[in-house]
Amino acid sequence: MKNKFIYIAILTAGFAACEPEFENELSNSSYSAGDADFSSYVALGNSLTAGFMDGTVSRVSQQYSYPNLLAQQFALVGGGTFTQPSYAEDVNNTGGISGIPGFNTRLILDAGSQSPEPINQPSTITLAPQATAFNNMGVPGAKSFHLLAPGYGNPAGLQTNPLSANPYYVRHATSPNARIIDDAMAKNPTFFTNWIGSNDVLAYATSGGLGVNQLGNTNVASYGSNDITDPTAFAGVYSATINTLTANGAKGVVATIPNVTSIPFFTTVPYNPLTATVLGNGNVANGQAAIQQANVLYAQLRQILSFFGQANRISLWTLEGRNPLLIRDESLTNLSAQIRGALLASGLSDQQATFYGQTFGQARQANANDLVLLPTRAVIGTAPNGVPAPLNAFGISYPLQDEHVLTAAEIIQVNTATTAFNNSIRAIAESKGLAIADMNAILNQLVSGLRVEDGQIYTANYFSTSRINTTLFSLDGIHPNARGYAIITNEIIKVINRHYNARLPLVSAGNFPGATILPTN
Amino acid sequence: MRKLLSLTIMAISVTSAFAGGYRVSLQGQKQLAMGHTGVAVVNSAEVLFFNPAGMAFLENDFNASIGGNALFSRTKFQNSTYNWKSSTENFGTPFTAYVAYRVNDWLSAGLAVYTPYGSSVDWDQDWQGSHLVNNIDLMAVYIQPSIALKISDRFSIGGGPIFVTGSVEFNRNLSRSLINEQMQRSDVTIDASNVTAWGWTAGFMFNPVDEMRIGLNYRSEITMEARDGDATFHDIPAFLQGTFSNTTFNADLPLPAELTVGLSYEFSDKFMMAFDYNRAFWNVYDALVVDFANNVPTSVNPRNYKDASTYRVGAQYKANSKFAIRAGWYFDESPVQDGYFAPETPRNDSMGFTGGLTYQITPKLGVDVSFLYLHFKEVDNSYDYYSEDGTLVGFEGTYKNVVFSPGVGLTYSF
Repeated sequence: MKNKFIYIAILTAGFAACEPEFENELSNSSYSAGDADFSSYVALGNSLTAGFMDGTVSRVSQQYSYPNLLAQQFALVGGGTFTQPSYAEDVNNTGGISGIPGFNTRLILDAGSQSPEPINQPSTITLAPQATAFNNMGVPGAKSFHLLAPGYGNPAGLQTNPLSANPYYVRHATSPNARIIDDAMAKNPTFFTNWIGSNDVLAYATSGGLGVNQLGNTNVASYGSNDITDPTAFAGVYSATINTLTANGAKGVVATIPNVTSIPFFTTVPYNPLTATVLGNGNVANGQAAIQQANVLYAQLRQILSFFGQANRISLWTLEGRNPLLIRDESLTNLSAQIRGALLASGLSDQQATFYGQTFGQARQANANDLVLLPTRAVIGTAPNGVPAPLNAFGISYPLQDEHVLTAAEIIQVNTATTAFNNSIRAIAESKGLAIADMNAILNQLVSGLRVEDGQIYTANYFSTSRINTTLFSLDGIHPNARGYAIITNEIIKVINRHYNARLPLVSAGNFPGATILPTN
Repeated sequence: MRKLLSLTIMAISVTSAFAGGYRVSLQGQKQLAMGHTGVAVVNSAEVLFFNPAGMAFLENDFNASIGGNALFSRTKFQNSTYNWKSSTENFGTPFTAYVAYRVNDWLSAGLAVYTPYGSSVDWDQDWQGSHLVNNIDLMAVYIQPSIALKISDRFSIGGGPIFVTGSVEFNRNLSRSLINEQMQRSDVTIDASNVTAWGWTAGFMFNPVDEMRIGLNYRSEITMEARDGDATFHDIPAFLQGTFSNTTFNADLPLPAELTVGLSYEFSDKFMMAFDYNRAFWNVYDALVVDFANNVPTSVNPRNYKDASTYRVGAQYKANSKFAIRAGWYFDESPVQDGYFAPETPRNDSMGFTGGLTYQITPKLGVDVSFLYLHFKEVDNSYDYYSEDGTLVGFEGTYKNVVFSPGVGLTYSF
């Protein structure tokens, strides 16, 4: 009988140790690289590849770059070490670049002022050269042809006007005359992603169309920073880049360029935000008074414009409705002289008549075909430099300028170029058997709502407090936030799984953070 | 004898004693060993839990049983879409104490203390399901004075009030992604202890023939009303600290009513079998609602449990005056419905395999030992009712539970 007790004691101990086990226990061998070889993964691209968000790259934002997220999944199936340019010096995670105007610290949302602002701490990021080739060769600001441009990382190029170098590449170029593509190839990639080309058209769009459409000019060296790249030139450099990347048999994914109409930088501010409530700062009576005051000006302008058959440029505002912004459209016939003449005849001084003529010669009200840029939100209603009352309110009594609005004519140029670039990207990728991540299609899907695996529906909307857990774009309105990069990572993983018969797990976008919100700045 | 023992042990090795939801079926060593049957079994003072009416038919004037279990509960979770893996290992010590005393021919009185509800789950802090639960520790102690009236040698009734004292501690992250300035996830702990409530139990036992007993017992629903418990927020970003400030909370947690019917039959002086059917009225648990005293929005977590049944069978073989051997089996239906499978009580249907024995050290004093192995199939399920910015988000995966519990007790009677 004693023996039986021993058996029971052993059994008890055995049960106490027993672990739940799955029929198919999840492990690295649950996943596979398929036909791909991730042992050396290199990412080429621009800000989107560098992990740029909230207007900058910071130590933390870089950790959420889609190449870094991809590499963590690749590591399950033989992916090697993945390195990124060092941001160790960004101890306070402020981003920006110290001492270079325009390279501000990262945007945070100030809960007091309710607006995005660069975080009020100095940047500690310097141009100290790292002279190293990294797996993540995404360089913020790079256009297609910069990947092949020697000297793009030369510090001397930061002193020229216009700049001929890029401070981000200056930080890590292996030598002053290095090319991004050569530094990338130094890593002997077995697998690459290439998401380049957005800036070839987006720089023009975000400038409100300040640049020039270089259609027909293939000499990229002559381009200004806000110009649209010629599609032939684009196809040439894109093809050269892919030829180099695939020369040693590397496989990879290329990504298409998103359309401006799917980016909140262009879609957040409506063309007609001006209601009595808005104009009156909540006081409807004051707002209606402002509408009537504006209509005095508009009636006067309409009268003059109607002489020249252009009365449709301006309509009277309504007391109850949403009224359009007043903008300047360079594509309109300039009626400055005609307006000046009419006003002189009505007894205005020459100085006044000239000023009105200049101001309203190409003015019209915005319509649904125009895109008002995100930063313009802060401009509407403010006084232009040196303009006296009653013309001292942008968008109301003084037209918003070229840099504030992407007009319908400019949008057509942007869309035409985007389509041409994307056609080249697809054709070149197909000729090499590469996988294509159609980011343009994915972002378009976001506009109407993209339902992901866990049931959440994400949109391409700008931050709002009701979307604190689901906003995908960072506060700059152009770049994704960490959550958005997770969505991009997943779309690339799906493409890899499909095209290369791989089995890689997704990341869970819902677990990635959104905007930084501070009580004060 | 030898054959039966090996059968018993086989039974153990194949099966196990939990019940759906946060119900823990470990209310007596002898009866647990018999598949936790007992509504129609008169074995010991354990009958106070299973059916107080049975006190009337206890052989001795004084019966006492105490016991405790070492409850090992392990759950593994995985999700191949995201390569998620997590697990929780918990250990609990539910206990019981029963005393029954025959006052006179027709009246018996007793006192029972037991812990029929409890749940302890402890996932890794900030794991993938942390927006639903990081950890929970729930416990209710029932104190039940009872009387039994012997109406005749064939029929008795019994019952009594139940006083419950309980506690709950629960921690989860505020959302799937909220972090503070140091990138730590924001979370909240709600903690309420010494929550008390009253309920009752009543039943009858009927012996149509000498060898057979039929029993019915009902235990009422008891709602644990946590009032002014502590809600403590951690790692909240500065801009939300005004909203998510430490406060108190109210919440109700139902301990559902349970109806049991069953019968036992003595095939001989030595061999007896028992069958029980439980119905737990879980549908009262439709949502866990936590109402905060300050401006923190009320947290509504749909549960939508359904009533659930348990089918039990047990056998007892009294080999001689020193030894009794027991074995049992039960099927325990989970009250959790598809789509409401929350990692706070990740229980699917299970089968319990039980066994045990009693060794009488003296005719008055016996030692009881029991084993329970609860077998769960692995289950793919999800919790689909977490609301994020107004959209319901699912938390899906494969779960596998293992529950095992050895127990030991003492029985004293004279």
